[in-house]
Order: sequence, then structure tokens, then C-alpha cells
Amino acid sequence: MKKLMIGNAAIARGAYEAGATVAAAYPGTPSTEIVSTFAQYEGVYAEWSPNEKVAMEVGAGASIGGARTLVAMKHVGVNVAADPLFTFAYTGVNGGLVFISADDPGMHSSQNEQDNRGYGRFAKVPVLEPADSQEALDFTRLGFEISEEFDAPVMLRITTRLAHSQTMVAEGEKKEVQMKAYRKNGPKFVMLPGHARMRHAEVEKKFHKLREYAETSPLNRIEWGHKELGIITSGVVYQYVKEALPGASILKLGITNPLPQRLITDFASQVERLVVIEELEPVIEEQVKSWGIKAEGKEIFTLQGEYSPEMIAEKLSWTQPAVGFGLDKEVPPRPPLLCPGCPHRGVFHTLHKMRLVVMGDIGCYTLGALSPLEAMDACICMGASIGSALGMEKARGEEFASRTVAVIGDSTFVHSGITPLIDIVYNQGTSTVLILDNDTTAMTGHQDHPATGMNIRSEPSPKLDLVALVKAVGIKNVRVVDPLQLDQLQTALKEELNRREPSVIIAKRACVLLNKVVQTERYYVDKELCKGCRLCLRTCCAGVSFLDEEKLAVMNHNCVACGLCPQVCTFDAIKKVEG
Amino acid sequence: MLGQTTNIMIVGVGGQGTLLTSRIIAQAVVAMGYDVKVSEVHGMAQRGGSVVTQVRYGDKIYSPIISKGTADVLLAFEKIEAARWLDYLKPGGMVIINNERVNPLPVMSGKAKYPDDIHNKIAGLVPRTVIVDATSIAEGCGNIKAANVVLVGMLSQAINLPEDQVVDAIREIVPPKALEVNLAAFNEGRQLMTSAG
Repeated sequence: MKKLMIGNAAIARGAYEAGATVAAAYPGTPSTEIVSTFAQYEGVYAEWSPNEKVAMEVGAGASIGGARTLVAMKHVGVNVAADPLFTFAYTGVNGGLVFISADDPGMHSSQNEQDNRGYGRFAKVPVLEPADSQEALDFTRLGFEISEEFDAPVMLRITTRLAHSQTMVAEGEKKEVQMKAYRKNGPKFVMLPGHARMRHAEVEKKFHKLREYAETSPLNRIEWGHKELGIITSGVVYQYVKEALPGASILKLGITNPLPQRLITDFASQVERLVVIEELEPVIEEQVKSWGIKAEGKEIFTLQGEYSPEMIAEKLSWTQPAVGFGLDKEVPPRPPLLCPGCPHRGVFHTLHKMRLVVMGDIGCYTLGALSPLEAMDACICMGASIGSALGMEKARGEEFASRTVAVIGDSTFVHSGITPLIDIVYNQGTSTVLILDNDTTAMTGHQDHPATGMNIRSEPSPKLDLVALVKAVGIKNVRVVDPLQLDQLQTALKEELNRREPSVIIAKRACVLLNKVVQTERYYVDKELCKGCRLCLRTCCAGVSFLDEEKLAVMNHNCVACGLCPQVCTFDAIKKVEG
Repeated sequence: MLGQTTNIMIVGVGGQGTLLTSRIIAQAVVAMGYDVKVSEVHGMAQRGGSVVTQVRYGDKIYSPIISKGTADVLLAFEKIEAARWLDYLKPGGMVIINNERVNPLPVMSGKAKYPDDIHNKIAGLVPRTVIVDATSIAEGCGNIKAANVVLVGMLSQAINLPEDQVVDAIREIVPPKALEVNLAAFNEGRQLMTSAG
């Protein structure tokens, strides 16, 4: 019987059915549920790796060892994993390896919208693009066969709309797959220059074979309609095309690297007008045009954001744009914000108050950049806060460093904050680094990591001691504070910023959404004392509202009694309900 | 050609339980034998941002996302979210608005005003507007967190889903200890919609 599954769960199922026994990932929206779902299957090994590079290396090792292996990450994770990936593409596999690149057109939850199909061409690995959950399952399954047949890691490239859309899936039987035998094979797996030169030749050879495979693979198929308009498309955009352009002829590509040149040329020759519709970069379009085929693409369609059926219909003049009610212009935007009781709020309130230069990082706490907290100067990628704080210091001097902090979460610190911290010590910076330790990878939905003491299956595992780690790399000044004790936090910051030595302050308090306890304490606003100054509102907490007519603050049902706003109120108007 | 398709848009504020609502409705229509697609939102927007989940069902569904001007029902967990997504409603469609105000960040920080009368404005534009105080109904049933299931009841009645199918889906998805409250909330919502027509 068919059932509804998000694309990510279908990928996990496909890997399980294909007999994969090892999986590794670092959490990242929209990829997170792939390996967390896979971990629920019996008889498999799955892990949260410290970062994507490690995940890819664990994957490479498991593959060389003979197991079918699944590796998953969000698009920017592939940047981190690119180093092992590019050379693993030379060595090839033993047990098949499929890695997922979960791209995020429209940046629902990301810092850029890079198109990772580019990596397919760059690293010379095959790229598969499913268009719904059933294909996500089927293509993953088939991906392991392709990987073994062509001796290459296979990229399954998905986008947010596939990862997080539920569509109908018919599950298959789990295949019994023998582990591949392990034999020492230096020329294949030891990438010395002499070996690598030979392997590069192999890569080109197998890529030639892959091209032939793509010409006849059922993953690439033509759906003939009328011949006035032919569309080449892939991934979830295929679904939009089906909806927007009923009757058009469609070449649906399931393999987007390498492209089937003969199939495309033949299709192009039979339609009057050829349009390539692909989100983000003109990956297919540029190759098609390079073969001298007349086609349209990015002349009509944007390089930015997500597409939709209505947008495709409109651009090809099929329909008039819908005339709506237009009320959306009257409502204020609703960006995400820190939860009531979030420990990060105390940190960003304090950083704002102290007017510090803040080098930020990736996590829920990036929301500290938004008004009214506005306590962030830069945020680039995972781990960048620490290295960029050192760079600021080296550019502008120690005096500037005494007003600069790096702010990084616990999971992000383990991901890629340790090496830049070593740089600060080694090159004698004086930076102050704040590690916001909320005991989880919060933004992706609360995954464990090496410093939580739990593994992917919530079983106890050795806990990375952040204080000991920081000391071991040579930081002498380490202290742990409660981010919701504002005096404590501010004192620590002042003292460590004034020190002409590097320091680490660990702001330690668990994410408010973890292991929710029923809050018995309650706060209220004393109407006699409240002056309506709105200072409490500057913490941008959904637990406190303002009555415009009475000019009074008031606590509402979202308040979790974290005790932050009473510390902010200068009139002591926010009080604990006694008894 | 495409058969009849029903498009439901569920909008609200991250954390209000839109995801659970869409999963219950989707589960019920799957059991009825339809092709179904649901588009969800995970990640950053769940932290109090504007969220939208979409349920589409019919004989054959392609796109997981709904086009502007084609939603049969717009179910809004919060007042101004109804206004934000109103363009997606088709002419003759129904909007169900939970009479709940959640201030967005620009309002909290004093940079924007919350448009107070927005639900009445919508009612003036859309003949089939139903405004409900799901939060207090849920409170009456024993838990304000069941507000989303009150809305499930209303929505399922509005699109004529058989009661049994939805109750089965609720039993499957809601944790057993919260089942009684949720079924009560569901019935309240269902009856409310029956009387609202």
C-alpha cells in the first residue's frame, strides 16, 4: 500500500532497500531527516558526524571497506566536504556510495542558494535529480547500482520542495546485498601523483561510459505532447511544468550529469520552440547551447529563488497572472525570532547594550542580527566567526579587538570552530570568543553532537568536554556563565575583552525547547510601577506584549518565566507571582 | 486532463501546529484513495516566522505547491497571516480565520503597527469568511494546545471529509494521552462549521 512520505524519508528508505549499512551526516536544513530516518532502521550504522567533511570521509572509508553507504548534507555542506569528494571521485568506490546534496533555492533556511549541480560537473560525478518522493526512493536505490557499475560516488541532488514535500510512495523489498570484499589496492585508493594520474584517466573513461548510459537510461524520458513547445526540465520543476503547461512536450531529465546529448539533440529537432526550465543556474541550458542547439532559458527565467507553476505559466504567456486581493501589502513582515526563554536572548541583549562588534555564525542565534537586538556585524558560514574576529584584529589592531567578540554555537564550534581558535592562540590574537552552549543543534530540529553526550540514536556516548578542549588548544582564560544572568555575563565580557590575551566565555544553558519542563513560576507586570517605557519589548520576546491604550506592558501566555525581562526593567515592574 | 483537485493552504506562525494539522488532513484523504501532496516548512521559519503548509489532493497531483488564486480553503491560525496569503484564495473560496493575534517582530520593536481590523477587512472582501476563537474553544476542551485540532474539525467539515476518516487520522497521529481532549476539540470545530454553513 502506498503511503505519504517526505522526500527525505523516501531517500532513507531507498538506501535501506538498496542494502546500505552505513550512513553519515551533519544536520542541515533541508537535509536533516535523511540520516535521522535511516538511523531508525534495524541492522544499520548511522552517525551524526562533527561536520560534512568528516561525514564524507567516513562514507569514503565505509565504501572502500565494502559497504553500501549513504552520506547526506545541505548544499553548503558540500563545500565543506568538497576536499574528500573531489579526490574520492578519482579513487572511485568499492561498496556503492550515494551522497545527497540538499539545495535550498529561495533560501528558506540558508545563507546562499548555490546550485550544487555545478559540483557534479566540477568533481565529475554523476548527478541524479528526483522529482517526487517515489523517485527519491527509486533513484537512491538505483544510485547504488550506478555507483558500483561506474565506480563513482553518485550525487543525488534534491531541493527543499522535494526534501520537505510529502508525496505517495510504494515501498519496495529490502535487497540482500553482500558486502564487497576488501582488498588492499594502492593504485586505486592511495592518491599519490603517479596513481592519481592513472585514476584521472579512469575518471574520463568511466564518464564516457556514463554518457552512453544516460542516452538510454529510463531516468531520462520524453513525454510527447504537441510539437510547438518542447521543455527540458528536471527535479521538482518538472511537476510545475506539468501543471503549468499541459500539452507541451517534455524531456524530463533524471540524470543531469552527464547529459544525454543525442537524446536532447533529437528532442530539440522535433519541437518548434525549445525552452530549458531549471531553477538557479543554467547548468543544462549552457551545455545544450554549447552544442549549437537553439534554446531559450535564462532569457526568460530568473537565476534567483524558487519557481512555481504560476510563474512558469506567466512567463510563457500561457495565462494571465491571477488578480488577488492585495491585502498582503498591508501586513507587516514576520521574520523568524528567538523563542520565549531562549538563552541567546540574554547574550544578544547584552552585546547590543555594550555596543560591541560581533562576528556571528550559523544557527538560531544568527537571528540576533535582526532589529531590535541588531547585535551582529557579519555572518558568513559555519565557523567563520572566530577566524574573522582574528582577521578584524589583525587588520585594525588590539584596541579594536577589545570591542570585538566572536559568537558561535556549541554544535557549530565542534563543526569548524576549533581550528580557527587554534589560529588565535598560535598567531597571538587577543580575541574574545563566546560559545553559546545550548546542549544541542537547535535550528535543524535538536540533533545531538559530540558535546551533548548522546549519539544519533539518543544512546549515551563519550561527551566532548568543551572547557578541557579550549584549554588544551592553549586558551588560558576560560569561564562558564549563565546567559540569562545578565550581570554575570556582562562582567565576564568586560573583563575578558580588556585582557590582552585570547579568552573563551562559554554561555551555558540548554535550549528552551529541549526536554520541556512544565513551568510553574509565573511573572506579571505591576501596573503601578510600569511606566510604559517599552524597554522590555526591546528583548523582542513573544512572551511580553504592550497595551497601546493603557500604555502598559503585559505578560502573555507565551511567557515561560525565564526571568530575563525582570532584569531588563529599570522600574522593577515585572514581578514573580508569589505562592 | 486533470480531474478535480482540492487545494488547502494552512498558514500561521511557526510553532502554532500547522504541520500537525496538515498531516491529519493529508492522512485522512490518503485513506480515501486520493493522490495527495503536502508541502511543509522545516528549519528557520519554524522559529516564530510566517509559515505555510499546503495540502493538495485529487485524482492526479503534480505540483506540491499551490498557485495564487487557486486555493479552495485558506485556513489561518493567526489574523494577519490570513491577509498575507489571501492572494492564494480562489474566487468563491473559503477563508477560516482563528481570531488570534501574534505580534510579529516589527510590531514588537515598534517599527510597524498591527492592523487590528484586518479580519473584518477580509470578511468584507471574501463572502465565505469564517472567524473563530479556536484558542478559547480549545481551552474549554481542556487544553489550549488543541486549538489546531478545533481548526482541523472546521476545515474537515468545510471540505466535506467524512468524520470517521479524520477521527482515524487523529487517532493515528495524536499521542494517546492527548487524544480525548483533541477529539473533543475536533467535534467542537466540526459543529461550529456546520452551524456557520
